[in-house]
Amino acid sequence: MEATVNGRCASLDAADPHTNALDWLRSQGLTGAKEGCAEGECGACSVLVAKPDSTGEGTTWVAVNSCLISALSLEGQEVVTSEGLGSADDLHPVQQEMASRGGSQCGYCTPGFICSMASEFYRDSRQACEHADAEHGPNGFDLHSLSGNLCRCTGYRPIRDAAYALGFPESGDALAARRTQPAPQAAPTRVSAAGATFVRPRDLDEALSLLAESPQAQLVAGATDWGVGVNLLRSRAETVIAIDRLPQLRELTETDEAVEIGAALTLSEIENRLDGSIPLLAKLFPQFASRLIRNGATLGGNIGTGSPIGDSPPVLLALEAEVILTSTSGDRSVPLADYFTGYRQTVRAPGEIIRALRLPKPLARLTDFHKIAKRRFDDISSVAIAYAVDVSDGIVTRAAIGLGGVAATPIRARATEAALLGQPWSAETVSAAAEAMSTEGTPMSDHRASDRYRRAVLGTSLPKFFESTMESVR
Amino acid sequence: MSSLSQRPMNPVVGQALSHEAADLHVTGAALYTDDLIERTRDVLHAWPVQSTHARATVTAIRTAPALEVPGVIRVLTGDDVPGVNDAGVKHDEPLFPTEVQFYGHAVCWVLAETLDAARQGAAAVEVDYEPLPAIVTVREAIAADQFQGAQPVMERGDLTTAFDSAAHVFSGEFEFKGQEHFYLETHAALALVDENQQIFVQSSTQHPSETQEIVAHVMGVASHEVTVQCLRMGGGFGGKEMQPHGFAAIAALGATLTGRPVRLRLNRTLDMTMSGKRHGFHADWRVGFDANNRITALDATLTSDAGWSLDLSEPVLARALCHIDNAYYVPNVRVAGRIARTNKTSQTAFRGFGGPQGMLVIEDIIGRCAPLLGVDATTLRHDNLYQPGQTTPYGQPVAQAERLGRAWNQLVDQADVSRRLREIEEFNATHRHTKRGMAITPVKFGISFNLTAFNQAGALVLIYKDGSVLINHGGTEMGQGLHTKMLQVAATALGVPLSTVRLAPTRTDKVPNTSATAASSGADLNGGAVKHACEQLRERLAVVAAQHFGVNPADVRFEAGVVSAIGSKAEPITWSDLTTRAYFQRVQLAASGYYRTEGLHWDSTAMQGEPFKYFAHGVSCTEVEVDGFTGSYRTRRVDIVHDVGDSLSPLVDIGQIEGGFVQGAGWMTLEELVWDESDRPTRGRLQTQAASTYKLPSFSEMPEEFHVSLLEQAHEEGAVYGSKAVGEPPLMLAFSVREALRHAAAAFGSPGASVNLGLPATPEAVFWAIESARAGHCGDDLRRDSNAVQPPRPDADAPAMHPLSEQMNEEHEPRQSMLEEPAKA
Repeated sequence: MEATVNGRCASLDAADPHTNALDWLRSQGLTGAKEGCAEGECGACSVLVAKPDSTGEGTTWVAVNSCLISALSLEGQEVVTSEGLGSADDLHPVQQEMASRGGSQCGYCTPGFICSMASEFYRDSRQACEHADAEHGPNGFDLHSLSGNLCRCTGYRPIRDAAYALGFPESGDALAARRTQPAPQAAPTRVSAAGATFVRPRDLDEALSLLAESPQAQLVAGATDWGVGVNLLRSRAETVIAIDRLPQLRELTETDEAVEIGAALTLSEIENRLDGSIPLLAKLFPQFASRLIRNGATLGGNIGTGSPIGDSPPVLLALEAEVILTSTSGDRSVPLADYFTGYRQTVRAPGEIIRALRLPKPLARLTDFHKIAKRRFDDISSVAIAYAVDVSDGIVTRAAIGLGGVAATPIRARATEAALLGQPWSAETVSAAAEAMSTEGTPMSDHRASDRYRRAVLGTSLPKFFESTMESVR
Repeated sequence: MSSLSQRPMNPVVGQALSHEAADLHVTGAALYTDDLIERTRDVLHAWPVQSTHARATVTAIRTAPALEVPGVIRVLTGDDVPGVNDAGVKHDEPLFPTEVQFYGHAVCWVLAETLDAARQGAAAVEVDYEPLPAIVTVREAIAADQFQGAQPVMERGDLTTAFDSAAHVFSGEFEFKGQEHFYLETHAALALVDENQQIFVQSSTQHPSETQEIVAHVMGVASHEVTVQCLRMGGGFGGKEMQPHGFAAIAALGATLTGRPVRLRLNRTLDMTMSGKRHGFHADWRVGFDANNRITALDATLTSDAGWSLDLSEPVLARALCHIDNAYYVPNVRVAGRIARTNKTSQTAFRGFGGPQGMLVIEDIIGRCAPLLGVDATTLRHDNLYQPGQTTPYGQPVAQAERLGRAWNQLVDQADVSRRLREIEEFNATHRHTKRGMAITPVKFGISFNLTAFNQAGALVLIYKDGSVLINHGGTEMGQGLHTKMLQVAATALGVPLSTVRLAPTRTDKVPNTSATAASSGADLNGGAVKHACEQLRERLAVVAAQHFGVNPADVRFEAGVVSAIGSKAEPITWSDLTTRAYFQRVQLAASGYYRTEGLHWDSTAMQGEPFKYFAHGVSCTEVEVDGFTGSYRTRRVDIVHDVGDSLSPLVDIGQIEGGFVQGAGWMTLEELVWDESDRPTRGRLQTQAASTYKLPSFSEMPEEFHVSLLEQAHEEGAVYGSKAVGEPPLMLAFSVREALRHAAAAFGSPGASVNLGLPATPEAVFWAIESARAGHCGDDLRRDSNAVQPPRPDADAPAMHPLSEQMNEEHEPRQSMLEEPAKA
């Protein structure tokens, strides 16, 4: 049992199924990566992992929160930490820019920033662009790649300057060269220690039969939810089944009828592969947690937890998605609108795995995603609202609205949809439908927002959407 | 120019250098306290058993079930304490409480072979509680008359006459919450005991001397038996001034009792639920303006929400009172202060230390009253700035008042304010659902500890025969660049290149009796001490060099490692040549330096005097854009002009200004401490106890355009090499963000709306402000007659501020008794 860390073999023998990669790395003497929050919010634990690129032929250096993933999930994998990128007398270009521009003050968050920034430095598709904006540098650096890293000292400006000053990898850069070779295969793994078993099954069949044997087993893909529970609540499972690399869960296919997205593709992978072709999803991705989380999180996981405040369900509801569940007895398909049955309760039966999400075509023409949160990057929504509307000859011919954060489950705004369908797409219709919308769901008060505010923005969201669509309709 | 402030030719101070440890930071090689456990054998891990009540008597603790958990070695309880069972200097913070005082209070600690075993062990400990009534909010405390410590009053002039003759009088109430430090590195300590039972604690502490003192009194030993070292901190912000002591003491107690190293590191949840935060405040206020919109009278009572113990609440309150004027001249003042005792974490120092809370009150008053006076808030602020010759309400002359006006003008130029104000007006006239706002706010912040005794520092500078220099000083490095500055000061004072000087970790066995690295004073105090030590050495070396060159020692020059003499034809010699010569001539090459800030005096009972060496000044301008549908917003542009004197280290100083600003902006707009105020069993529980629920500024909150410049011609006579302190003052520059949001929200209503904007100004708070502006309800909560809100008078029987209130409690024996009769249990 070993992984390659900074080019050297490191034994995983000391790890048990609930040892996270961060603690394991630190136990190896690699204390550069830090624990700041243990829930994937601060990024101080960020490290690089070699993952397959979109062609499957090459490698992408993906930054992930090492506090969330299991150490055992790294069996056979290649990891690079801040220590592996450079040393004080031989700084990596990313380290050089950060050091010289005042990008570190206390330095505690810095190794994590370095890894997130290095991931973007090595992004194959990054290229210099003339249209730099508030979130993109002239070197094509996407600031969202740092959205999952918190710094309490600098105020971020020097970190942004460092990121935007980066060039491109020089020839002879070992990590750049590594990209042209395939990433390590997922290694079948089975380890029992400290009263728990970690399994990375060989294929979907093995996963399903394991699940049939132990229906209580914890399915884990990116561990962006499970890992939080392990760290903060000391959640434990007898059996953990890693499904993130099962090929059958990682397909993305498009036909004339539908787009089918594998449940174990990460949000970053989907974002790359779709490349904006589903505009509503393109609006979702930058608002979904942070890049570090999106590099691990999957749609299957976001649906599978059944949380009422996940950001993808409202969007997928608006897209009228179907959940494809698979088990030893084959596939079945459930409309997402019927999938959630109560707070963190779903129709998924023991023994079933979410294989894919199916988005029927044609897609609606007018779409938007309103996420109401305190913070624009990396926050959980107070209210999330997704729209998929078609207007033909001035009349609303289709209206699917998904809501999150206003009930025990994600819901469709049925009354609002009814108030829109067949009506002229006009300020009057919208005003009446907005009335209906403000009564959807049963919003609560909590530390994120009051019930009054949740209701109020339910009422203002549709007019906001209407305003934004006026140009495209005309 | 004073000798303290004068710079030699080509000084190393003033160069824009990266943080001295930047290369270690970026490569992950920099070590923090908890990184050391991987280099230490046989470490035990500590985990607390936390109270599940806001207040309760602990009637029984059963530790046996914990000891059955594999790996658990010992459970530490109050019975184990050989010395004083107290984690503070006020003797009101029992380390092991018999009555828990807040939800999450540590009852006892479990030591185990692994962190997981300690955690399971803690879950297995059985504690019986007898719940008691708890006070959770500041309003509840006020209603129950539950205060602690002093109730100071600061007065000047004649309020009655001033209010009687005022053209406009307004009164109101203002309440706001505190702020979590959220240093990225949580509290950590690692304690070891050597063969002589000497205790060595590695601690993430801003105040190693006090950590040492508390460890010693808990262990019942003298201070010289305890050494505390702080390599560096992953952020402090005041949160590690008082709070680390108890954690270090637990680790020391565990190490002493087990003979094994003990590591105590709080995870984020523990840190947030156990350690103190910025004080929230409640203010009742009454203000008078004359016909020219000059503030003529201010009557206010500030009540801080201090949590369960006194901690630093008295000096925090004193600083709040001393900063309620911010940058404005208020001729007639009466400000009273009270400290509410609530069943929450013990609120403590946080960047600004009460100053921000005081200043926020006057900025809120101005933001509310300007529309009612029919003047824009920027003009009102500008017209009330201190003018030369005026003094503060506590009697200190505002010696550099002209700098406020200069900084204001430099800012208005830099930010192109008049053009942009016109553009904002045009934008707002043409956009129904989106409005922009802009505000300019000033900062005047007093530098020095209010408690005069703290304004001293020591240093130890060693020169080795080869010329290499090692400096030790009492200040701690938490990211603020203190060590970088100290290296620059030493290199400048000795006339050597930066590479000649190294800096040793902060340890209590090198420099004793140090003050906390706090109050922005780290560079002023330690810089003075380092410079003093270096100058002694340079004088000794000048004598050696003078003999060589055949000149008077006063004619010897040290520059960049080369020693020469005016009027000598002899070739210059190298620094290392000189130090070797000095060694052979038996010249002492080590010196201890000392610095005390001159000219301070403070009568804390009368709240009068000159507690500050000088003021730091700054002005900021923020432009925001607000979405009327949701209240969400973005910060379009921020401009800052700030007074750092002659900067010791410009890259470091600009980093402090930007970082302070964004941290302040977080408090103004985003960061929200929510406590369970219900009557459920979870009453008193902190609901925002994680990064997922307590949101700090991220990249998305950074101003899209961010321009910071330093005030020109800003030499400071009273500080090392003409510099000024920079740690805290920039935090308050962020008030302009909230005021800009208020300005934008008002633009949704009719002119003259006095917008009541919640704090933090979250999208929800801004949304409600917009709604009230639209509905024309603004200002309903304010009173326009003089008798409406009468700020309550303080309790005449309350104790006065004790001049040594931070240090001593007279009811306790002086510490010297420890030496006479070691109280080892």
